[in-house]
Amino acid sequence: MRAGSIRLWIDERLSITTAAEMARKKEVPLHRHTIWYYLGGMTLFLFSVQVVTGILLLLYYRPSAENAFESVQFIMTEVKFGWLIRSVHSWSANLLIATLFMHMFSVFFLRAYRKPRELTWFTGMLLLFIALGFGFSGYLLPWNKLSFFATKVGTDIAGVIPVVGDSLLRFLRGGNDVTGATLTRFFGFHVAVLPAITTVLIAIHLLLVQLHGMSVPPQYEGKNLRRMKFFPNFFLRDLIGWILAIGVLAALAALFPWELGEKADPFAPAPAGIRPEWYFLFMFQTLKYIPARIFVFEGEVIGILVFMIGGLLWLLVPFLDRSDDQQKRRPIFTLVGVLIVLYIVTMTIIGYLA
Amino acid sequence: MNQETPIYMNCAEAPGALKKPRRHGQARALKCAVLLSLVLMIAFFSFGRASAQKKDSCVECHSQMEAELLKPVELMKNDTHNSRGLSCVDCHRGDASQDDPMAAMDPKKGFIGKPDPENIPAFCGSCHSNADQMKKFAPALRVDQEREYGTSVHGKRLQAGDRKVATCISCHGNHGIRAVNDSLSPVYSLNVAETCSRCHASADYMKGYAIASDQYDKYKSSVHAKALYERQDLSAPTCNDCHGNHGAAPPGVASVANVCGQCHARQSTLFASSPHKTAFDAMQIGECLECHSNHDILPPSDEMLGTAEKSVCTSCHTEKEDNGFVTAGEMRARIGELITAINATNDILNQAERSGMEVSRPKFELNEARDALTHARVLIHSFSLDEVDRVIKPGLEIARKGHRAGEDSLSEWSYRRKGLAASLFFILFLAALVYLKLRQIESSQRKGGE
Repeated sequence: MRAGSIRLWIDERLSITTAAEMARKKEVPLHRHTIWYYLGGMTLFLFSVQVVTGILLLLYYRPSAENAFESVQFIMTEVKFGWLIRSVHSWSANLLIATLFMHMFSVFFLRAYRKPRELTWFTGMLLLFIALGFGFSGYLLPWNKLSFFATKVGTDIAGVIPVVGDSLLRFLRGGNDVTGATLTRFFGFHVAVLPAITTVLIAIHLLLVQLHGMSVPPQYEGKNLRRMKFFPNFFLRDLIGWILAIGVLAALAALFPWELGEKADPFAPAPAGIRPEWYFLFMFQTLKYIPARIFVFEGEVIGILVFMIGGLLWLLVPFLDRSDDQQKRRPIFTLVGVLIVLYIVTMTIIGYLA
Repeated sequence: MNQETPIYMNCAEAPGALKKPRRHGQARALKCAVLLSLVLMIAFFSFGRASAQKKDSCVECHSQMEAELLKPVELMKNDTHNSRGLSCVDCHRGDASQDDPMAAMDPKKGFIGKPDPENIPAFCGSCHSNADQMKKFAPALRVDQEREYGTSVHGKRLQAGDRKVATCISCHGNHGIRAVNDSLSPVYSLNVAETCSRCHASADYMKGYAIASDQYDKYKSSVHAKALYERQDLSAPTCNDCHGNHGAAPPGVASVANVCGQCHARQSTLFASSPHKTAFDAMQIGECLECHSNHDILPPSDEMLGTAEKSVCTSCHTEKEDNGFVTAGEMRARIGELITAINATNDILNQAERSGMEVSRPKFELNEARDALTHARVLIHSFSLDEVDRVIKPGLEIARKGHRAGEDSLSEWSYRRKGLAASLFFILFLAALVYLKLRQIESSQRKGGE
């Protein structure tokens, strides 16, 4: 009786029954590509892991050039299960980027960005860019030698961007060089600015998904597809995936704890083989192959501009793929997508082997 | 001066020299013209000289010559004196403004051709011993080289009439003298030993001097030569650092410790306050070199200490009851104990690191134990077991602490694996439960649908 009255009290204020009714009605179409629908939920789950482990790390992490490395060392050696939290945070971040890329390409190849889901694609792409920003800013936070020099190289590349490059470099570094000011700034981006933007974007993204429902690939459009209830059928399948993901994260953290390396020394020479995190490697490797000068232009500038234009075109894909026949296959887009995937995979492998 | 241009002793001999005029008017006009021409020529050449380099007939003539007479001019191009504006006459005197070789090299003008070996120190010393003169070019350079040379074995033998010994030019060269810090100079740190060896490694040349000629070969195998040539450590000693340069002489027995102590100050001080000092002095033994040798000083090893086969202690302390014999054995044992502890800790920490454990702090702290070992190896020169123990004990404590950290890391690693196994079991169990629940729901949904 008491529980019933509490539920009524909440329902009067939050309309839970209406939300539950909506959830009960939500269905997932079943076809041979249904498996790709799980990637969005998996990404969201890994993001939640990031939030929880990130908050736990914040209890001990100290964002200054003098203390950052030592505080992470303390987390790894002295704090009970600190090693687990940090390793899960690092591994989960990498898995999150991986599932994000897979989610993005699955949406691309299934052409789930079609009308009226342009804004869903748009917010998803922004979330991917922000995730890369999370990775870039978080990489520096342990203040070790490798991350220090990788940030130096990464911000150097940002500094090459025409017109805004110089200002952008100073903005990112908080000065001319990578210093303690850069660390503090990156910490601010990592734990305040980016999470705030991410929260808003995730809310919009999820709202749009609810609004438009699951997209059906063009070839199944109009067909009488079998459907699965979201609650509990799809959700429980999602849950199994999340539980297994916890197992994978625990195994990775226990068997391959995330290394700490040596403390950054701004006066030491750059170590050999500096390279960014794997998800930036295809761009980094491409820039290495571009000649110093292309006609009268700097090769690096051309390379960065090409990536920027490529990113912009990718972002605008729903507006570029505006076929009158929404159900028609678009082999040119599929071909471009396949080539991009092959390019990213090949350059990443070359970058690792180089 | 052009090679084709002959030298005329006076103007009358020259082709086109002035002839006696036939007529007075003509003569007068001609005189005026000649006078005017001369004035113009003098003005022209004066201006030319003022703006051009000072005339140097030595270089002009020797540049046209061949072989040995050309060599000085060629060598001068890299000469440090020449680069400071000095030329032949600044050492050889004479008059470089004269085109006539006889006038230029007139002994009345102080010309000195090739100085005799016994005069070379004074020849160079005319500037290098003159503080006022040296201040103009190199104010920081010492001006006592000539005096120092007089105290050297070379200098003394030269004064006694031995013309084979080294003088200034033997080491520095003559016309192509480079600054000491020029890497191509024969007296640059990396080249000194080879320069000395030109005489001292030649058995033929050294015949009659009653000293060995194998110093250079021995030196090349020494720890000092390795540091100098392999690590390019210019602070590593070469011949002149122990023997002196201008005052080169073998250090006496009483000076050896002081010579080595220039760099190995701590060892030298410890030895001087040890009981060995008195004993070595009484026996007239050259302190450091008795154990470490002189030219072929090998990298010191722990085997030199103790009572085993390669020990240097047992060359004097032969009796097992001898206090020195016992102390040497004890010190060796202490050093060995610390080495074993450091190696064991290093191994276990590396093993933990390979397993993915974070052990950078104990690894860093282990450096303190390594420092203690280095310190102990220095302290053996006090020949006091208490002194050695004073640093060995803290070193051992640090190494053991590191070892415990390594053991803890490995047991933590083992614990994590067990924990992972238990967690995975629980996680898979949970996933299976959810799966069963899902099957149950879907089964009831199918039944409901039917």
